[in-house]
Amino acid sequence: MVEKSRLSVWIAHSVLILGILAIALPIYVAFVASTHDVRTVAQAPMPLVPGPHLWENYARALGQGSDSVGNVPVAAMLANSFIMAMVIATAKIVISLLSAFAIVYFRFPFRMGFFWMIFITLMLPVEVRIVPTYEVVANALAPVQSLLNATGLTWLIERLAGLRVSLEWNMLDTYAGLTVPLVASATATFLFRQVFLTMPDEMTEAARIDGAGPVRFLFDILLPLSRTNIAALFVILFIYGWNQYLWPLLVSSNLLTVQIGIGRMLAVGDGQVDWPIVMASTMLAMIPPVIVVVAMQRAFIKGLVETEK
Amino acid sequence: MATVDIRAVRKTYPGLPFEVIKGIDCAIADGELLVMLGPSGCGKSTLLRMVAGLERISQGEIAIAGRVVNDLEPKDRNIAMVFQNYALYPHMSVYANMSYGLRIQRLPKAEIDRRVRDAAAILELEPFLQRKPRALSGGQRQRVAMGRAIVREPDVFLFDEPLSNLDAKLRTQMRVEIKRLQQRLATTSLYVTHDQVEAMTLADRLMVMRDGVAEQIGTPMEVYTHPATVFVGGFIGAPAMNFLQGEVAEGGAVRLPGGVALPAGTAAPGQAGRPVTVGIRPEHLAPAGEGVPGLPVTLTVDLAEALGADTLVHGRLAGTDTSLIARLAGHVQARSGEAMALTVTDGAWHLFDVESGRRLADTVGRLAKPAA
Repeated sequence: MVEKSRLSVWIAHSVLILGILAIALPIYVAFVASTHDVRTVAQAPMPLVPGPHLWENYARALGQGSDSVGNVPVAAMLANSFIMAMVIATAKIVISLLSAFAIVYFRFPFRMGFFWMIFITLMLPVEVRIVPTYEVVANALAPVQSLLNATGLTWLIERLAGLRVSLEWNMLDTYAGLTVPLVASATATFLFRQVFLTMPDEMTEAARIDGAGPVRFLFDILLPLSRTNIAALFVILFIYGWNQYLWPLLVSSNLLTVQIGIGRMLAVGDGQVDWPIVMASTMLAMIPPVIVVVAMQRAFIKGLVETEK
Repeated sequence: MATVDIRAVRKTYPGLPFEVIKGIDCAIADGELLVMLGPSGCGKSTLLRMVAGLERISQGEIAIAGRVVNDLEPKDRNIAMVFQNYALYPHMSVYANMSYGLRIQRLPKAEIDRRVRDAAAILELEPFLQRKPRALSGGQRQRVAMGRAIVREPDVFLFDEPLSNLDAKLRTQMRVEIKRLQQRLATTSLYVTHDQVEAMTLADRLMVMRDGVAEQIGTPMEVYTHPATVFVGGFIGAPAMNFLQGEVAEGGAVRLPGGVALPAGTAAPGQAGRPVTVGIRPEHLAPAGEGVPGLPVTLTVDLAEALGADTLVHGRLAGTDTSLIARLAGHVQARSGEAMALTVTDGAWHLFDVESGRRLADTVGRLAKPAA
């Protein structure tokens, strides 16, 4: 039992307040910087009260963007980021739901082999496999090509038809290239596996006697019962997707996400960084994840805490 | 309406060196309620699940309504099952729970509605149709589970310990309800339980199981008055039957420890010297001098438990280490250490083979055999 003396309440609250200040202060400074013009922000000391250029700065960021990124409007970047995060979160959930469903409810050859293969991918995040993954995205048909070369088919076709077979499927600078390599998720698969394992066997059997086939069982019973877990996972995965930096940096040069966009705005060499626009973009970039967290907060907590099935 | 035929059914699990079900034969008549009773791990649930189609049948066959169902999916067997933990779908209302199977069968809406409302009326669930299972009490949930079985209008009901999650009072009440319901619907039923009171009161016939073997199949009274094996005798009845080691003497008398002997003609003649196990139920011991004809024995009292209506006297047969329990009337007083003169009701003894545990020829025991 946690002690509830007056002193400990005070200590606990001061720690929490300090923590909140530590987190909130930089955000406040960023906000202040987004409300002044370049000159005011650049001078030292920087003012700590909001200035008069709020609407102007935000409108400029959203509508025109910064010259240093070729005037791509932040609104477009936000849209790109949003699409990327949504696709990643949704596809991750769909794929891991299906794979967990297969692993828990079906007996097929090498079931455990597949299980461990999924498990091993935990040790291979994008950062580790970034070069080969890039190669695949740059030409998704490269493996097929090398197979054709190795088996001599390329040679055969060239001989017979006089055509040089050269397959290419470039996914750089596309939404697919941005999202597909991040979509497989061992963590989410395990989460759903655990959720499914807590479903009482007798309920599964009752559904079998009621005549529910696998698909019906998935949609009528499993999905509704995993609703809160799906919501919680969606929150986590949306933020994961939203925060992607390294991978988009590599594969997309024209399809800018807001994170990459802000990075580009800072890389002006000897020029003057347009701090108000950068900070306005930063503030804007924080809004979607905040909305997702706030909107799904209740489901999120329920999904992580609730055990009753 | 349907019969269930279980023919030489066996069950093995891959990787298990022994059989879980070791060849069971049983024919269940149309409308009959067969209770499968036994200690945990005896295979009773496995057998039920094989009838349901939730476990594969390793050998032998099961026929429902004359049709062999070995290779049929549960949904095609026209059965309905009630589970121990109810197995309701927690996210569906009572109505949706009960109608789910019918909706999958794509029955017309009106037909589904009629069936659900009929079942709800029988089970007094009408006020709860729109509630979720979590808003119901244990007894109500159990009734929903039964409702889900009834609406299917199945050939066979399968009950897998449906009452073990309820408290004692509710259990008694639900037991009566199940019995009444089963008689009203006259649906063939298989009922698994480890509770002998439940088994005795519900069963048309009883199958007592141990280690994958049906030790005895018979009406509850048959099983009680003529247990086929030492196990059945000991398992049914509380307190349990007393067992004494005896030996057949000349003329078919049976010598018991402490110089007592069952009268001549008890055992089949010509078996002198054969060791036997003698079973005597605690209620067949009465204080001497109450005019009950029978065999006088003396009990050295160890302990008396007064239960109100009855007094259970634990003791040893005088001069021996053979312990006995007697169930006497509530007013009987007994003090630890005293010698008590008792009478074993004439003929109320059961003789079993020592080796096999099987009941010896039914010339033994003169209690009237009930009409089967």
